[in-house]
Amino acid sequence: MFWDWNYVWEIMPQLLRASVVTIEATLLGFLLAAVLGLVLAILRMSKTSWISVPTAAVVEFIRSTPVLIQIFFIYFVFPEFGIVLPAMVAGVIALGLHYGAYCSEVYRAGLENVPRGQWEASTALNLSPYITFRDIIIPQAIPPIVPALGNYLVALFKETPLLSAIAVLELMQTAKILGSQSFRYIEPITLVGAFFLVMSLVAAALIRQVETWLNRSLRNPGGDR
Amino acid sequence: MTTPMVKFDNVTKRYGALTVLDSLNLEIAPNEKVAIIGPSGSGKTTVLRMLMTLERINDGVIYVDGEPLTHMHKNGELVPADEKHLRRVRGNIGMVFQHFNLFPHMTALKNCMEAPVHVLGLSKKEAEERAAELLDMVGLADKKNHYPNQLSGGQQQRVAIARALAMRPKVMLFDEVTSALDPELVGEVLNVIRKLGKEHNLTMLMVTHQMGFAKEFADRVCFFYGGKIAEQGTPEEIFNNPKEERTRQFLSAVLEAG
Repeated sequence: MFWDWNYVWEIMPQLLRASVVTIEATLLGFLLAAVLGLVLAILRMSKTSWISVPTAAVVEFIRSTPVLIQIFFIYFVFPEFGIVLPAMVAGVIALGLHYGAYCSEVYRAGLENVPRGQWEASTALNLSPYITFRDIIIPQAIPPIVPALGNYLVALFKETPLLSAIAVLELMQTAKILGSQSFRYIEPITLVGAFFLVMSLVAAALIRQVETWLNRSLRNPGGDR
Repeated sequence: MTTPMVKFDNVTKRYGALTVLDSLNLEIAPNEKVAIIGPSGSGKTTVLRMLMTLERINDGVIYVDGEPLTHMHKNGELVPADEKHLRRVRGNIGMVFQHFNLFPHMTALKNCMEAPVHVLGLSKKEAEERAAELLDMVGLADKKNHYPNQLSGGQQQRVAIARALAMRPKVMLFDEVTSALDPELVGEVLNVIRKLGKEHNLTMLMVTHQMGFAKEFADRVCFFYGGKIAEQGTPEEIFNNPKEERTRQFLSAVLEAG
């Protein structure tokens, strides 16, 4: 038989458990990327060149090297320096770093799009740099870039199978193990593919929803007159 | 003589090779209303922007209420001010901008509460009371929960005035505050400024193209030309008896335009 439904039901529980790991890695990785990206963007905008130049260099370096190499580096090379991390932690850090660098460019575009008058009004009101960022600039910078950040969330999600390279028991690794045990690859790999397809479509639809909602509230933050 | 509220002492501002303000000397007494007029590019807006510390100066010293703003005393010498010093002295100054620069994601009330809470350390309740009082003063008590994009230009500018006043500045700067408004909305903003002049002890500095208002409201008019004060005097002297040819030319051009 080409496709064995019995085998599908047999491996389903294991794959569902693994999908939880995939989603965990995605959400934790993206949380790290979202926070790190904002920090990098703000540092890169600094007027002090010994802060902005090295930050720009780090961002370029991370963006210009493959994420798989970064995963290997953190998992296999860091221990040489006494930093031993569990595979899941190493993987989440690598994905978070890599996508943090990408997100920082998105944040930068968002921050630079806030009109200069907003900064000047903040100075005129004597707001501290921290309050200016927290209350004035960031709330205006984020909504327009939510779609772009959402795209990176989906991209990061689709890169989590790379974690199978360091034996994190996410979907891809689980499918590989199942395949090697039963010598049937068609069901596990197809199911994993289908899972990614469905989740990506769901995420894209959610992002579109958020986008429409943001567009509406941006044009008219107070609702109807 | 009393200490001037604002003093420009030989202040020069350059953008690259272009000298925008050339050794400006200007003293403004407490409670004095000064109108700054002049052709575009004459450096008049730069005067306000330097005083608000939005622009660094290249030379000279600016004093506010007898204390250096752009510099500070250190070991008996005047050195360029650090951020801490700027923040302390800047607290004496408030500014209203041509394009309002209200915070679009906050209601009128929140716009007026943000700085009093986070800079002056007022409680939310105190700040809200103060903000409501000021919005009432500018005639917008019923609009306090509106967002800027729900308000007309004139209303937005009045919120901006209330927001600046909420910080209790000693000096208020008005940078072409009616230039971005539709003509029928200019009056309501000027009325608020008139009221401020009467009811508050405020030193006011305004860059304006409203010659009628400058004439009626200001104690002194400064005509800027080429980064210098070409002529200054009472509104009477400047508008009715200008001594300088350039002042005459400027005024006739402005009055012709309408």
